[in-house]
Amino acid sequence: MAADINAFVTEERIEGDADAEGPLADATVAVKDNISTAGIRTTCGSEMLADYVPPYSATVVDRLTEAGATVVGKTNMDEFGMGTTTETSAFGPTRNPVDTDRVPGGSSGGSAAAVAAGEADVALGSDTGGSVRCPAAFCGVVGIKPTYGLVSRYGFIAYANSLEQIGPIAGTVEDAAAVLDVIAGDDPNDGTTRDLAEVEGADPDASYAAAADGDVDGLTVGVPTELFEGADERVVETVEAALDDLEAQGAETTEISLPSVEHAVQAYYVIAMAEASSNLARFDGVRYGNRAESDGNWNESFAETREEGFGAEVKRRILLGTYALSAGYHDKYYEKAQDARAWVRQDFEEAFADVDVIASPTMPVLPFELGESLDDPLRMYLADANTTPVNLANLPAISVPAGEADGLPVGLQLVGPKFGEETIVRAASAVEER
Amino acid sequence: MSDTAASDDGETAVDAEEVRHVADLARVRLADDEVDEFAAQFGDILEYFAALDEVPETEREEELVNVMRPDEVEEGLSQEEALANAEETEDGFFVGPKVS
Repeated sequence: MAADINAFVTEERIEGDADAEGPLADATVAVKDNISTAGIRTTCGSEMLADYVPPYSATVVDRLTEAGATVVGKTNMDEFGMGTTTETSAFGPTRNPVDTDRVPGGSSGGSAAAVAAGEADVALGSDTGGSVRCPAAFCGVVGIKPTYGLVSRYGFIAYANSLEQIGPIAGTVEDAAAVLDVIAGDDPNDGTTRDLAEVEGADPDASYAAAADGDVDGLTVGVPTELFEGADERVVETVEAALDDLEAQGAETTEISLPSVEHAVQAYYVIAMAEASSNLARFDGVRYGNRAESDGNWNESFAETREEGFGAEVKRRILLGTYALSAGYHDKYYEKAQDARAWVRQDFEEAFADVDVIASPTMPVLPFELGESLDDPLRMYLADANTTPVNLANLPAISVPAGEADGLPVGLQLVGPKFGEETIVRAASAVEER
Repeated sequence: MSDTAASDDGETAVDAEEVRHVADLARVRLADDEVDEFAAQFGDILEYFAALDEVPETEREEELVNVMRPDEVEEGLSQEEALANAEETEDGFFVGPKVS
């Protein structure tokens, strides 16, 4: 790649186990910079953590290096994962390798761009409201958001705990699934992970990579009208063509309705901002992170540290989250958002009684031009219409390239029932093979 | 907070004073131009969030279970490791700003 796409914040290596065997032996992996790496600074794309060097590695990093993969660097991201374009990073925007005048999507934009540009074989991102799937779609690669509880978040620097999962990004469905095979599984250091042996209907011996067999004969694909309405026509045409191809391979498509998703973006942002306002309170400049020069008392020093250390989008979300949780507004925003979350979950559960997977465009738009949406946060939030329902419902989803429109990548999103990763991998591999 | 945040006609307006109040609660100091910018943006965003009012009250079937384990002593970070990222330390402790 001739032009510098600024995919990495830090390029340092953690060598993989040279004796390991398996699909990731000798693979290179790029790791999003909100996933802790012992001895290598982990910035979250923020000035606040520009010099922060974790004393331990995240469980997912240990699992990858034990499987033989070598970490080649820490990838750029929207600050603390808050963004859809990777432009809110304190380390400058990442560019889309497909078209360097455009954004790579976000917030895991550096990870998707590194894979798309061939700077790493595979990558890890994190997905709170679409942050793995969006950049995968915009950069023309594959991204998986696992079921909540499948992958350990130990060593992951949280922004909205109840919504986020670490997920793989790769050039092919099989490679992404092979990474998931390695990082999935319960972890005593993360009480929200599930032991699949104890989950009804889940297969503890599942091989996600083996599920990438392209066999969709008899698969029922639900197509929710709500997730196509309002999307860019060029995106809709590309996704519909991919669905036609799935039908030609023996899948059956059926129109479904998910009325609750009209409220998903509202509910998602209220919940994510509320959790952010609490999570990011830890950045006080005392135990870690940059501290402002201040003569003031604790509260004044704290406020100045956070003025200096956080960018505009992070401040916006902390303030809006604080507002939504404050006396007099809690019931109006936070309680209603939790109702909406439960409604979205019910809608998907009812839909999965009749269909095996649910398909839609991953993003309703083509990749933005750099700088296009930065001054209009609400417009940026609305671009997450199709990805946020999945996080609210704790479900697994994959974004797979559906084709191109005007020379730009379009992603197809396939959502599965809880712990139904094998089904979405299988369906996505058929999209890829056509 | 003042009653301008949610007036009767459903319009959600946020003034600079409210932004300052929330910033104070959240312990984030803001520059004057940030306050004005946020006041304008928050009005639009909160008006959009207000559509949550249409969401029906929904039964929340929590599938949550407690995850228990025996409380056993394990090796953790050394004091030196725990202090390594602190801006200021003294005698093995964190040093914070003055309390008052």
